[in-house]
Order: sequence, then C-alpha cells, then structure tokens
Amino acid sequence: MSNLVEIRDLNIRFTGERTVHAVNDISLTLGEGEVLGLLGESGSGKSVTLRALMRLLPKKRTQISGTVKVLGRDVLAMNDEQLAAFRGQTVSMIFQEPALALDPVYTIGHQIAESVMRHEGKSQKEGMARALEMLEVVRIPSARRRLDAYPHEMSGGMRQRAMIALALACKPKILLADEPTTALDATVQIQILLLLRELQREFGMSVIFVTHDIGVAIEICDRVAVMYAGQIVEQGRLRDIVRSPVHPYAKGLLASTVHGAKRGQRLETIPGTPPSLDKAPASCSFAPRCSYAQPRCSERLPPNVQVSPDRTARCVLAERATAVG
Amino acid sequence: MSETSPSVELLEQVEDVGGAAQPLLQVSGLTKHFPVRGDLFSPRKTVRAVDNVSFSIAKGETVGIVGESGCGKSTTARLLMHLMKRDAGDIVYDGMQVGRALSLRELRRGMQMVFQDSYASLNPRLTIEDSIAFGPKVHGMADAAARLLARELLGKVGLRPETFANRYPHEISGGQRQRVNIARALALSPRLVILDEAVSALDKSVEAQVLNLLADLKREFGLTYLFISHDLNVVRYISDRVLVMYLGEVVELGPVDKVWDAPAHPYTRALLAAMPSSDPDNRTETPPISGDPPNPIDPPSGCRFHTRCPFAEPLCANATPELSDVDTMGHQAACYMAIAGSGHSRAPAKENDKGATAA
Repeated sequence: MSNLVEIRDLNIRFTGERTVHAVNDISLTLGEGEVLGLLGESGSGKSVTLRALMRLLPKKRTQISGTVKVLGRDVLAMNDEQLAAFRGQTVSMIFQEPALALDPVYTIGHQIAESVMRHEGKSQKEGMARALEMLEVVRIPSARRRLDAYPHEMSGGMRQRAMIALALACKPKILLADEPTTALDATVQIQILLLLRELQREFGMSVIFVTHDIGVAIEICDRVAVMYAGQIVEQGRLRDIVRSPVHPYAKGLLASTVHGAKRGQRLETIPGTPPSLDKAPASCSFAPRCSYAQPRCSERLPPNVQVSPDRTARCVLAERATAVG
Repeated sequence: MSETSPSVELLEQVEDVGGAAQPLLQVSGLTKHFPVRGDLFSPRKTVRAVDNVSFSIAKGETVGIVGESGCGKSTTARLLMHLMKRDAGDIVYDGMQVGRALSLRELRRGMQMVFQDSYASLNPRLTIEDSIAFGPKVHGMADAAARLLARELLGKVGLRPETFANRYPHEISGGQRQRVNIARALALSPRLVILDEAVSALDKSVEAQVLNLLADLKREFGLTYLFISHDLNVVRYISDRVLVMYLGEVVELGPVDKVWDAPAHPYTRALLAAMPSSDPDNRTETPPISGDPPNPIDPPSGCRFHTRCPFAEPLCANATPELSDVDTMGHQAACYMAIAGSGHSRAPAKENDKGATAA
C-alpha cells in the first residue's frame, strides 16, 4: 500500500500576542483507500493538522516546520498558483458548518459547476451536468430543482450533502473531513456517516476524518491517531485502540465516554485540564494528569514506542508493554 | 444542609409544602406558538414550538428530555423558568399555582437553570465570586454573607476559591465555567435545577467530571433535576424517567430503562438506532430513517412523525394520537401502533391485556 500523505515531524506554532504551540512533532501517513481518524478533544491540534495539509492556516501568523508530502509533492513548498490547483482537485475538505463554508450568494449548482470549470476546464453546461450528477450521488431529493437553490433554502442535513457533493465534484484522491457531522441531529448524522462511508468505497478515496466523538470514529475509521496537546499519543488500527488502548490518555478518553454506563455508578474521569500550549513540550504533556506518571515522565519527552507493526504509543508504559509482550 | 460549615449562611430553601407524594412540578397542556412572518403575500405562519406538553417531576427525581433540534425541548425549559410567556397551560410548583399561590420571585428561588453556553450566561464584567453572590444579594442576603456563600459553593463544585473567586469568566476554561454556572444556580438553594444541554459543549473527559459532580450535588442538596440533552447516552446515564419530544410534542415518556429497552414509538426507535455503534465489528449498516426533521413551521398534520415513519397509515395523517399507556409502569407513547383498537394494522386488538402488547 503506497502512502498518499506523509507528514513527518510537523510543528505548527501561531505567533502574535502570545505564542501557541498547536502541533508538536507529529508524523503520520495515509494509505490508499484508507480512512484515518484524528481523535481528540478541543485544542488538541487535530483541525490545525488538517488545515496544514491544505495550507489553509493564516500565512503571517503561522510558523510551520517539518515535511508534508501529498502524492509525493511537497505541500509546504507550493506557490499560490500550485496551491489553487491542488485544492479541490487533489485534496478537498468538508467542514463542520456547511452554512459558513458555502457561498451564500451563489446557487448550489453554480458553486459545484464553478469548481468543475476551474479544475477541469469544462464548459458551464458540462459543469452543471456534473453538478446534477453529484447531487444525485449524495442523494439529495429532487436534485434538478435543488441545483437552483441557495444554501439558506436548504436544511442542515441537505446543506451538508451539498457540501460533500461540492468537495467530491472533481473526484479528489483525498478528502479531509473536519467534524462534518458534529452540528447535525442524531438521525441525520448517521445518514451522512453512512453516505461518506459508501462514497469513500465507491470513489476509492482516502479520507482523514477529524472528530472528538469516539462513536463516530468507530463508524467510519480504519485507523486512528489519538491527539493530546498537539501530539499524537497513540496511533494504530481503530479496533486495537478501542479494545485495548495503551496510552493512559487514550484509556481515559475511552473510559470517560458515557456508553452504557449504569446509573448511580461513577464515571471514570481524567482529572485536571489540558495544558496551555504556550511552550513547546519538554516532557510528557499528559504527566500532570496521569495516574501512572513516574518521575522521568516530567523530566524528558516520552519515547514514541512501536508497540506492534502498525501501532505506536508515546508513553514510557508502552516500553514495558513491548518488553513483556 | 448540615454538611456545610456552620459559619456559612444559606438562603432558606423554598419550603416543602405538599409533602413527598406531591410532585415537585406538574405541567399540563403547556403550549407556545411563535408567529413568523411569511412571504409578502402568504398568510402568517406559526412555529408550533411546544404543543400541549404535559408531564410531572417527582421530588428527588431526574427527568430527561431528549429530541433533535427544533423539537421544543429548550423552549419547554424556558417556559418553565418563565423566561418567556406561555400561550396556554398550567405550571404547578409543589402544589402551588405559579402567579397565584407562588410569586415569580419565589419560583425563581425554587427553580434554577444552567444553560448550554457557559460563557454567554455569565456577566463578563463580574468576577466569579460576584456572579455567584449576585442572586443571594438580590434575595436579601448581606454582601459579606453572600460572598462567603459564593466561596463555599465554589469549593463544592470543585474549584478552589482562593484561585478562582476573583477571576473573570474569560480567564477560565469551559468546564470550569460550567461549574461556576452550577454554583450560581445552587446559590439560591433551589429544589429543582433545569440543566439545558449543560454538558453538551464540554469535551468528553470534562463532561464525565461534570456529570459526577451533578450526581454528588444532587445527593448533598437533595435536588431534583430536569435534564435536557440530545445525547442519549448521557440522558440514559443520569435520568430516572425520560420524555422524548418530536416537533413540539411528547411522543413517548416513561422510566428510562423501559423506554430504551422497549421503545414503543417508531421515532424513539429511530433515535436509539441512530446512535453510533460502540463496537468496531458491528457498525451501523442502514440508517434507521431517512430525511431531515421537518420544519416546525406548520408541521405535518395528525401524528407529526407520519412523514418519516416507515409504518405510517392513512389514519396517522388524520388525527393526532394521544399519549396512551403502554404498560402499568408509567410508560406512555403517542402512536396508533401502541393504542389498542386504534385502527392501525399493527395496533394490538382491543381485548388484549396491556402486558401482551409490550411483549
């Protein structure tokens, strides 16, 4: 399996009134036809990582170091013209709030057609034909009529379908999804998840799916990277991580999800709050909240341990686990 | 109140008038319609946000309300708090009619609310201590006593008063702000606390902390909760009984385990089936229902769910089914399939006893 995306030692910091070390030394890969989940709580750096892949971060205030390669090309070295061609054609993105991501003054059909005309050099007529085809693919009822609809005339679920249609109009190899179902109602969320799963198979796309919801990750991901304080603390096959998390944070996150917990029983929690990211981590960021913390955890960065061939964990505990196993 | 240290003065709780058998809150026929401007030439339309909602909350109970956006759960909460005027219906607090036997001021002491947006619901210009002490002062407590109480309550919600009392809302995290909101609600010694999506904006690990805190406070202060959420896992965890709402109406209500294990309304079934799986080897394969919830402006006739219901029959569009008993345990559903002899082909025959229908 060849890697479509290769991120190595990525660091992102935002400068300005105060410095935020949003992403610290992360490395990950995305294989062909794979769905990778970035799982973490707010401020863990998952959305920032996703935006870096498309260079959507504000240029002036962002310092990025490391390598980001998509289909072998260095994304960080692209100029504006190359980026414009790259976005939407090779990689596209869907967002949490379709109402904000779609242009309110153009019809849905127009917006999809524009993307097709821009990237594939098609005529307006061909673009509209593709738009209709795409609206049918995402199963918008009476698609022909909806071509002329403006975003505000559609319901939330319908708008999210329209945004997916727009993102997939040029058949990108990679789809980046930033919490696309978080703002939706439960009965609509599951429809969109199943639609994405089906389209991913049909189009043979690779997907990076950012979510804070473990249930959502379980429904859609093959592999997950659990993020905490701008680092990937554990990475591996979804099934393995859900069944037997190695990193204490991953353990805590899974345990504190209210899933079939009995009434009256206390929920397991992670005490404390995530660290502020104004300094680059020099030791384990999770150590202050970790019940297994040892003195060395707060002295230096924990090693990134290869737990098994397709699994890593950034924790001293993982060393012991591998030594025993 | 014996747990609090003797130096801290608490506002006296609104007195228990009706005794243990009297529900703390009885709501009947609660209705709120919002007029909305239609197009220039079309007639005025109405959003039927809450339509003829009735339920009661026993003392010491936690009642959950679940439903999707636009189902009227938050409007119901605001009507109960008298933050907006209702069009019709009665709200009885501990046997006392609000407005007659019980003044609005007294009601607001006996009933407090915590909102979803922890930041918007705190005054940005007041320190946390001032925010918590504000309510008791309005109700006649001396400044020094109110401040002492605020600090005591900060400790109760797990925030060290020395560190937090003099901070402003923007200086603390979302989870900490929600704790402050809970402390502020408790400052008036209420007996009923309405939690409107109070944990929905929090990260999962923080959500679990706050849920544990709510359980502790309930025990310590003898509270009754009305817990509104769209998260079914959380509602199941915290509630004794649950109301399922759809487009302004209660479609099912009952003990939470009964409703979860044997949902009687097809909407409840769909809602439960729409929860993401927790087992990677057992993912959801087909969506339980298709389409979006309809617009609450001029909702469908008859049973409002009939446009999305896989079992809808002509009678469902004609008249609204009443909430009817599914069993003798207080489990009720507003569906013709649960009403014996209703004429729906899946309804149980009239002579059958109720036990057989549940099976």
